[in-house]
Amino acid sequence: MKDNTKPKIIGFCCNWCSYAGADGAGVARIQIQPHFRIIRTMCSSRIDPELILEAFQKGAWGVLVLGCHPGDCHYKSGNYKTLRRIYLLKRVLKQFGIEEERLRLDWVSASEGAQFARIVDEMIETVGKLGPLEMKG
Amino acid sequence: MKRIGVYVCHCGGNISEVVDVKKVAAFAEKQPDVVLVKDDPHMCSEVGQKLVVDDIKEHKLDKVVIAACSPQFHGLTFMSTVANADLSPYVMEMANIREQCSWPHHDFPEEATEKAKALTNIAIAKARLDEPLWKKTMPIGKRVLIIGGGIAGIQAALDLGDAGFEVYLVEKEPSIGGKMTKLSRTFPTEDCAACILSPKMADVPANPNITLLTYSEVENIEGFLGNYEITVKKNPTFVDPDKCTCCDDCTPVCPVAVPDEFEEGLTSRKAIYLPSPIAVPHSYVLDKEACLGLFPLACTKCQDVCEPGAINYDLYPEEIKFTVDTIIVATGYDIFDATQKKVYGFGKYKNVITALDMERMIVYASEGNPMRPMGKRIAFIQCVGSRDEQVGNEYCSRICCMYAIKLSQLLKRGDPKKDVYVFYTDLRAYGKGFEEYYKRAQKVGVKFIRGRVADLIEDSQTKKLTLKAEDTLTRQIIESEFDLVVLSVGMRPNESTGKVASLLTLSKSPDGFLQEAHPKFRPVDTLIEGVFLAGTVQGPKDIPDTVAQASAASSRAIRLMNKGEYEAEPITATVDEDICSGCGTCVSVCPYDAIEIEITDGRRVAKVNEMLCKGCGSCAGACPSGASQQNWFKTDQLRAMVSAAL
Repeated sequence: MKDNTKPKIIGFCCNWCSYAGADGAGVARIQIQPHFRIIRTMCSSRIDPELILEAFQKGAWGVLVLGCHPGDCHYKSGNYKTLRRIYLLKRVLKQFGIEEERLRLDWVSASEGAQFARIVDEMIETVGKLGPLEMKG
Repeated sequence: MKRIGVYVCHCGGNISEVVDVKKVAAFAEKQPDVVLVKDDPHMCSEVGQKLVVDDIKEHKLDKVVIAACSPQFHGLTFMSTVANADLSPYVMEMANIREQCSWPHHDFPEEATEKAKALTNIAIAKARLDEPLWKKTMPIGKRVLIIGGGIAGIQAALDLGDAGFEVYLVEKEPSIGGKMTKLSRTFPTEDCAACILSPKMADVPANPNITLLTYSEVENIEGFLGNYEITVKKNPTFVDPDKCTCCDDCTPVCPVAVPDEFEEGLTSRKAIYLPSPIAVPHSYVLDKEACLGLFPLACTKCQDVCEPGAINYDLYPEEIKFTVDTIIVATGYDIFDATQKKVYGFGKYKNVITALDMERMIVYASEGNPMRPMGKRIAFIQCVGSRDEQVGNEYCSRICCMYAIKLSQLLKRGDPKKDVYVFYTDLRAYGKGFEEYYKRAQKVGVKFIRGRVADLIEDSQTKKLTLKAEDTLTRQIIESEFDLVVLSVGMRPNESTGKVASLLTLSKSPDGFLQEAHPKFRPVDTLIEGVFLAGTVQGPKDIPDTVAQASAASSRAIRLMNKGEYEAEPITATVDEDICSGCGTCVSVCPYDAIEIEITDGRRVAKVNEMLCKGCGSCAGACPSGASQQNWFKTDQLRAMVSAAL
């Protein structure tokens, strides 16, 4: 995504729910704007906050972290850890001057292809309005 | 020296009709460490796989990237492909350019090609840093928990018990048998349901390998494949099944009568009762809720007359704990609650009944002991609670057409003077012998009318019912009076499934039934290792399909347990002891208590128990120093993937 005139979104998906949900959107042939790239991990709790900061630093306009719905985590409680971590990270982002809306945590189950498409489209619209991220200082 | 081979799949046009695969291949060729790039119409075919195996050997590839479908679709296929060429399965990476590119972006072909390049580049970046990992061999026992004692659970229990596995069969009702015990006959052969089911039910307690826990519910499940710790709550029946002779002396003296759930509430039973004529265990039970004052004891009439002294009021729920290696979930279905479909007046009009009511009425009538008058004109209404978005159920329940065909012709053949109508949406007679059976119903004079019933009105005097429907084949409006209307109610997930699903974190499909791991190739597996589905818990199905699926689930469980060991994923956590400061953050986030702090050379360091680690990576995500890592998802790999994506 060298072209910086269009939104660039990195999406971290967990293997069991949200990645399967993303596949589900494709299987159902739901049309989504293509300005996002999915990186798969086993659980959303693997996502280190530094990784998200790195994505911003390397030019992402927005970062999506998608996990299983609360209570449905394949690893019992990973998504709750993600929830707490993202909450804290959003407060840190603010201090860096990065708009909070550029980071979004949401839940997508393996059967929610439509939900996945809706979240991505909303995110593309949100960061599309904000434009590219200018890191200050 | 890294030697990466990249393969771009056309997927028979699924990818290549949207994505320019040649451009993707040309892009891949320019990436560092990539020594070979090919595109092929079907990478997953034998030819495609052989291509990879041969290239690995000929070109000494040490990493492979397959840009094709989702790793969740063919990941295992290509992992075994590279293993066939003696590479670790974990040096193969897939770029998902079908489900996550050509399919959701076919309206944007140019950008889809760009995205396919990026996804391939992400996979190359990860492959570059992949280390060869090998599956670990873990011990496993031969113990199985089956939740639900309907025909699915019974079949699975018998298969596993006969094969020499140790089975715990847990059923929440006082008897096993499930919904099938209530049926009159089974389509299309018209076997008596109780006659074919009761020998199987009797086989369960007779099997030395099966521990039967009825009137019991699974309260808690902890652990994982090979070590599921189960807690079951067993409710007291207050009647000792070993002493009860089923003499029936207790029921005449019991002063309490309540609706009999086995008879769908059409008749009543006493507070002490036999759950069904073919109940297994064959023993009376005391209904705690209905009994007059068990605690404190206020009435002892049944105990007074019980000659064998089988009744004991002083019993409390018992907690039973045991450990199993695998679990089969067979919690079944409930029938659709017809009161939700207000237009048909179920529960309000006395001559509107469900098909399950009709099953019981036919059983009684065939024994010369009719429950209630049926009248001369009977109408069946199909698709009640199925294929109906107004009630939130889009799916077809698959059994209702066939049971209506069965019930209607049983009625018509029993009394040819009856007028029996079936109002249907589409008649789905898809199974073996089903179409023939449908024709037989037509021959005996059952009238099939294609049209949904729009209105149903009761005459307040005669209690007869007037149906209004459009016959969509003749384009005529039908308005006709009936004595009895039978609602062909569909299936919905059993109420008790929810608790089991949340204990095991099983996913549901949009219809609320439990989701299988793959709709085509893993129809009885779940995404939780060692947990399988059998019967209608997975979706509506008839008895033959349920039995087939139960046998499939047992054979999948046997496949895991039979060797006494299984291969476990190596994508577990590791700790770099030189960097680890022993802070214990990883210990606090591990959901499996798989990490402990130990003192090594006078220093606190984290140690991972690989047997317990399930590979979520929570510890690696939380480690402040980067000492904690997850195999196959190391931090430098994830960072490289982020860079490649942007």
